[in-house]
Amino acid sequence: MLQIKPILAALKRHKAGTVLIALQIALTLAIVCNALFIISQRLDRVHRPTGLVESDLMAIQNRFVGTEENNAAPLIKADLVALRQLPGVQDVVAINSYPLRGGGWSTGVRTDVDAKDSKAHTTQYFGDEHTLASMGVRLVEGRNFRSDEIVEADPQAIPDPAAIIVSKALADKMYPDGHALGKTLYIGDSKKPSTIVGIVERLQVPWNGTWSDSFYENSLIQPVQLTSAFTNYLIRAKPGQLGDVLKAAPAALVKVNRMRVIPSDRGVRTFAEVREHAYKGDRGMAILMGVVCLVLLGITAAGIVGLTSFWVGQRRKQIGVRRALGATKHDILSYFLTENLLIGVAGVVIGALLAIAMNLWLVTQYEMARLSVPYVLVGVAALLLLGQGATLAPAMRASRVSPVEATRSV
Amino acid sequence: MFAYYLQLGLRSLRKNPLLTLLMVLAIGCGVAASMTTYSVFRATSNNPIPQKSSQLYVPQIDNWGPDSSKDNKGEPPNAMTYTDAINLMRDKRAKRQTALYPTAISIVPADASMLPFRETSYGWYADAFGMFDVPFQYGQGWTAGEDESHASVAVIGKALNEKLFNGGNSVGKNINLNGRDYRIVGVADKWNPEPVFYDVTNTNGFDDPIQVFIPFTRAVELKTPTSGNNNCNHDPGKGWDEWIRSECVWLGFWAELPTKAEADAYRQYLNGYSAEQQRAGRFRWAPNTRLRNVVEWLDYQKVVPQEAKVSLMVSLGFLLICLVNTVGLLLAKFMRRSSEIGVRRALGATRKEIYIQFLIEAAAIGLAGGVVGLLLTGLGVMGVSLVFEPDIAKLATLDVSLVLLTVLVAILATVLAAFYPTWRAAQVQPAWQLKSN
Repeated sequence: MLQIKPILAALKRHKAGTVLIALQIALTLAIVCNALFIISQRLDRVHRPTGLVESDLMAIQNRFVGTEENNAAPLIKADLVALRQLPGVQDVVAINSYPLRGGGWSTGVRTDVDAKDSKAHTTQYFGDEHTLASMGVRLVEGRNFRSDEIVEADPQAIPDPAAIIVSKALADKMYPDGHALGKTLYIGDSKKPSTIVGIVERLQVPWNGTWSDSFYENSLIQPVQLTSAFTNYLIRAKPGQLGDVLKAAPAALVKVNRMRVIPSDRGVRTFAEVREHAYKGDRGMAILMGVVCLVLLGITAAGIVGLTSFWVGQRRKQIGVRRALGATKHDILSYFLTENLLIGVAGVVIGALLAIAMNLWLVTQYEMARLSVPYVLVGVAALLLLGQGATLAPAMRASRVSPVEATRSV
Repeated sequence: MFAYYLQLGLRSLRKNPLLTLLMVLAIGCGVAASMTTYSVFRATSNNPIPQKSSQLYVPQIDNWGPDSSKDNKGEPPNAMTYTDAINLMRDKRAKRQTALYPTAISIVPADASMLPFRETSYGWYADAFGMFDVPFQYGQGWTAGEDESHASVAVIGKALNEKLFNGGNSVGKNINLNGRDYRIVGVADKWNPEPVFYDVTNTNGFDDPIQVFIPFTRAVELKTPTSGNNNCNHDPGKGWDEWIRSECVWLGFWAELPTKAEADAYRQYLNGYSAEQQRAGRFRWAPNTRLRNVVEWLDYQKVVPQEAKVSLMVSLGFLLICLVNTVGLLLAKFMRRSSEIGVRRALGATRKEIYIQFLIEAAAIGLAGGVVGLLLTGLGVMGVSLVFEPDIAKLATLDVSLVLLTVLVAILATVLAAFYPTWRAAQVQPAWQLKSN
């Protein structure tokens, strides 16, 4: 470390190369920090639990044809009977939507009938007493719906339900004291209260876009069987029998009634496929950013190797002189490593500032979250290590320069 | 002389294969990353109807008032109520106009052995075909008279015509939609503007082409629900009639206004209309309207996905780093040949000749980088479907213009990066070099 002064003096003679390496380290750090941050954010989202038991679950999207739009109740009933009779089926629910599906209903809810603004935003699931068992969500307080509470309703004329089941997240948001069971909520701008009869541990909303992040676990289940011609069947197979049900269920539906459309594209899916589709963009973005990071680090390392090799080649004679004057191999090695460390530190200081600036810009332009400090620190450590690693080979070569070189003219 | 310099350049590149390979790979990666993300950006920021994008307008009317619009920076809702759409259609203040919505329609094949199926379908007015320049394979759109009489007519798309009628002229034949017969009056030729400017709010800009068009008036009469969004600020009440009279917004609206004067007049008309609604007691706030043309509308609705923008930014940064890297490596490479340059200079080569020699060498590296970049861009474009929805991913293609652009960017960028190292090389003093050696 005593060599800092001569190193600085030497670097002054190689301004261009020094600046280029420092600049490259700075830019790489700025991009790698932000890319790592994007990756971690996306992965966090991908790993959010839905609250469902996903392994034996599948979904069928169905629309009846040739019936009045809001008059499909008997048809849905017939379908449910047929599906529940299938050998591999454990339970089925006809529901307007389900977690990660993409489309669904949302509304504001209030605890005070006179409040002008809603206290929280939530999704609305409309299902019967089979909803919890079909989804596999865990009831932590209260009870399930009773079959006599279930009403049939036109989607354009849904009565305000007396009993509702909510997710724990919504319950805690509405009643932060933890005693939501038995209390009431007002759905939308309704004046009629709905009583919370059950609380489930966790139930995600149908959407997974950033706009739904603020309420992604706020769910509300109403004891309503919608009579719309459009519905989704969420089917839970007995363990290990999903493969059979996947084939049998659509066939059984067509057998009950041909006048329906089950889209060939995404009409029949296992929940694994639903999840895969929902998070495709997030996973892809994480992969893309990961590849960018790796290639970028590789290119930066290669650049450092290239320039350091050049310097070593250029200074063979001086190295020879130093060796002849008594410098050890170790002295030469540490000279180049220290030189790189100095440039690297300058680079990462600028880079850290650039990373923060770049993130601030992304925040204003694309509604991204603020970069947190650990990512910058990890990036700084990674780039300094990378620089030392890349310098190692040329520096070793330099340390092997023989003192005899001092006597050569070229 | 060019051939000689090229030869010199190639010889020098061969002399130091590792350094050359590094540069070529760096440029290749940088260019490929930028070009792949650019291909997506280009597709999503495309002008879908360039010949008319400045003549087609989306009017917006604030029917929810300042309480609701304050959450949206004072902007009116991005869709229209049935009430306003019908009033605007009735007033006919534009050359052509249409209200539209995606209809939840299923096709029931005449062949009883075939199952019903769905296609993208829209209800709109006769004017829309001319406004949007929909091409026809057979027949034509329906007439304004058929709009008024709520006629059971339909225009189908080419793909559906292939499926149902083997591509023959099906004009005059019937098609069963939701259990009712419609007479086919036209078969639209392939019409697939991307982004889907006519219905951005329901498709986010990307969807399959429309295969069924029916009169808006007929669709509403039959209470055909929308398969798109429906947004209400208050409970609309019970049933269809209450709903279409409510303040729920669910319709798209387009007006064709060929000149700027007509657009200005339409703006005034919209404000006048809103003031009239205020006087009638429906709106309790001052007029708040917008009129945006296609380009402004796509921009306002943020059709270009965030992923496309962020990844384009990141990959441009990537390219920049690759170039900084190339500057460094070229500097190392050129300065290593100081003595060679000194000799050449001493023998009478001018600075200009040194410049040309080294820039040609750089261009050769750029060309090689471009070829590598082209291969990687090809891979990247195939990999685009990893990140983007299939509707968007299929738009990213490696066409001739992208191939040329890739090679051009690679060469230009490398030559640009070579300027500083070349300048340094040209500064080499012949006498000094000769003396010191």
